[in-house]
Amino acid sequence: MSFILDGKNIPFKEGDTIMDAALNADTYIPHLCHDPEFVPHGSCRVCLVSCNGRYVSACTQPAVDGSEVESNTEAVNSIRRELVAMLFAEGVHICPACEKSGSCKLQAVAYYVGLLTPRYEHFNPPGRLDASHPDMIIDFNRCILCELCVRASRDMDGKRVFSISGRGSEASLVINSESGKLGDSLFDVSDRAADICPVGALLPKHKGYEVPIGQRRYDITAIDGAAAREPVKKSGKSDD
Amino acid sequence: MASDLETADYPDKLRRVVVEPVTRIEGHGKVTLLLDDDNHVKQARLHITEFRGFEKFIQGRPYWELPVVVQHLCGICPVSHHLAASKAIDMLAGVSQVTPTADKIRRLAHYGQVMQSHALHFFYLSSPDLLFGHDDSIKHRNIVGVIEDEPEIAKQGILLRKFGQEVIRLTMGKRIHGACAVPGGMNKSLTIGERDYFLEEMPQVLASAQSAVELIKRLYNQAFDYHQSFAALETNSVSLTRSNGALELYDGGLRARDSVGKTIFDHVDYQTYSDYLQEEVKSWSYMKFPFISSLGKDDGWYRVGPLARINNCDLISTPLAEAQRQEFIKLGEGQPARATLAYHWARLIELLHCVEVLNELLHDNDILGSDLVVKGEMQQEGIGVIEAPRGTLLHHYRINQEGLVEKAKLMVPTTNNNQAMNESIRQVAINYLDGRELTEPLLNQVEVAIRAYDPCLSCATHAMGKMPLEVSLLDSNGKLIDRREK
Repeated sequence: MSFILDGKNIPFKEGDTIMDAALNADTYIPHLCHDPEFVPHGSCRVCLVSCNGRYVSACTQPAVDGSEVESNTEAVNSIRRELVAMLFAEGVHICPACEKSGSCKLQAVAYYVGLLTPRYEHFNPPGRLDASHPDMIIDFNRCILCELCVRASRDMDGKRVFSISGRGSEASLVINSESGKLGDSLFDVSDRAADICPVGALLPKHKGYEVPIGQRRYDITAIDGAAAREPVKKSGKSDD
Repeated sequence: MASDLETADYPDKLRRVVVEPVTRIEGHGKVTLLLDDDNHVKQARLHITEFRGFEKFIQGRPYWELPVVVQHLCGICPVSHHLAASKAIDMLAGVSQVTPTADKIRRLAHYGQVMQSHALHFFYLSSPDLLFGHDDSIKHRNIVGVIEDEPEIAKQGILLRKFGQEVIRLTMGKRIHGACAVPGGMNKSLTIGERDYFLEEMPQVLASAQSAVELIKRLYNQAFDYHQSFAALETNSVSLTRSNGALELYDGGLRARDSVGKTIFDHVDYQTYSDYLQEEVKSWSYMKFPFISSLGKDDGWYRVGPLARINNCDLISTPLAEAQRQEFIKLGEGQPARATLAYHWARLIELLHCVEVLNELLHDNDILGSDLVVKGEMQQEGIGVIEAPRGTLLHHYRINQEGLVEKAKLMVPTTNNNQAMNESIRQVAINYLDGRELTEPLLNQVEVAIRAYDPCLSCATHAMGKMPLEVSLLDSNGKLIDRREK
């Protein structure tokens, strides 16, 4: 069985989603809340594709034999740009100062879809940090509600430290402890959830910026697997 | 002693002349002059028309973010803020001494930064005044005029600045707003290829730096009396020096000398700066007015930056710059040089010193090392002081048990020079403007005085919570109905 993705034949097996099949074929479809380790969530909608003319989320849509899927087109990417722009507007994502910059999926996806400047007025929510844990810190304004930490803590760590409370624009990440603080929860730095955040919301304390600019994850390889810019040639000279 | 032109007795009855914006400086500022009917100057003030709130909005942020966040105060000397904050967060991380590799890479970045900033200021911003005169046509008195009339000088400036920017790029990751310092060290050293790239350029860069000093000497001496007397001030000077009294830009003890060169304090550990320096807030400025505590507000104001540093030091550790310093100190005839325009000369001696230090560092194998970070136990308070291009820069942070900033204080060079810049424009007002019909070339002399300090106004406004607020209610014809001030 196979389908066509942006003109390329993608084989798949029974039960695969479009995302599963694309990832197995080393073909990138942008995504933020999806991770092959966990049950698909379908919440960020960044993996939106056009399947036989209908917009669906690739991480939850079962692949259909013979279907035509469009992903890396201007029509689809323009919708993704709007979605990503809204994430930037509702949180506080100051890439130039963020520890995750260069290794952040939100930033990398923004570059991929061509979002280089703000498109909406920022919400500028009041600062909310939880630094009560000795090893990890949460910056709630960077959380994109992907629920990867929720799923990792529940499904792999067996702790249910995180959850999402509220609905719609009121939704926010909450901590399962009497005080609501991470430091009073069962969370541990060795948990799978401690290393799953795709953005700079859940980070280790007392350090940051340890990987030099030019050597960070998406400095070297763009999020779609394409070679990113080469930071410094052997001679020390740059291209520019 | 401050002059009496700060506040006029009856300002409402005076004519107001505004120089806005002050051009060829970093940031946005204006000068206001109040004149009577006979054009006598009764009040002269430098105002900063922008505001930064970094000390407030970094409260609650984690301490390890500080060097990267706070450097965004400025696009000209972010490396200085990055490294001053880095020294402070080393303390917060419980690290008293970083590794030799980390220390020398930081110094590389810093000397590259000072070098490129000095080249930018002299060649791009100030050389038009010095080459063509303050009364040259405003259309020609700029960097384009320099490129057209003095292309070799312009090329020198571009080459020097580019070299400094390249040093920053390969130590910080980017030319502007990079990230290299981490708590207790650095995130990279240099590769052999990167080092050799710089060494290849070094002979030409060193020759250009020497030419630059010869150029400023020639220009200064062409109108020696004018340059010596223009906006000259009897002031105190503050800077870091090494334990042997040598010029030091990265780390040292605080030294203050008075206008005749007498020591006020020396080899002061900058952790105790608050015992020696204080700041005054004035209602008419967003910029604070620092002063030496023991001398009080009226007599304790001081200058920082290249002139203060060269006046304050007893020697320079690198031979070419030291030879130039020996010649420079003759200006003061046994006392510190007072001429405001001597800042340019001192600045280019420092530029030469920076190139010599970079050359020394590039021949030191520690810069190729891999031992980059030291770990320690978190502390609650951290202070970092560095000599930025424009003068002494201080970052002081206090954090809570969770590692979040509770209090931040930044004393930046342009703030340290606030009173001196105001006094300089008052000198110009008295000596060149008073009683005369004001023309653009005359008013440019006010800017020439300010420009000598190379002020960075965007970094300098920190009078948080003291901002004057004025609300005017006008009717539909623009007539004032009511006014409230806070």
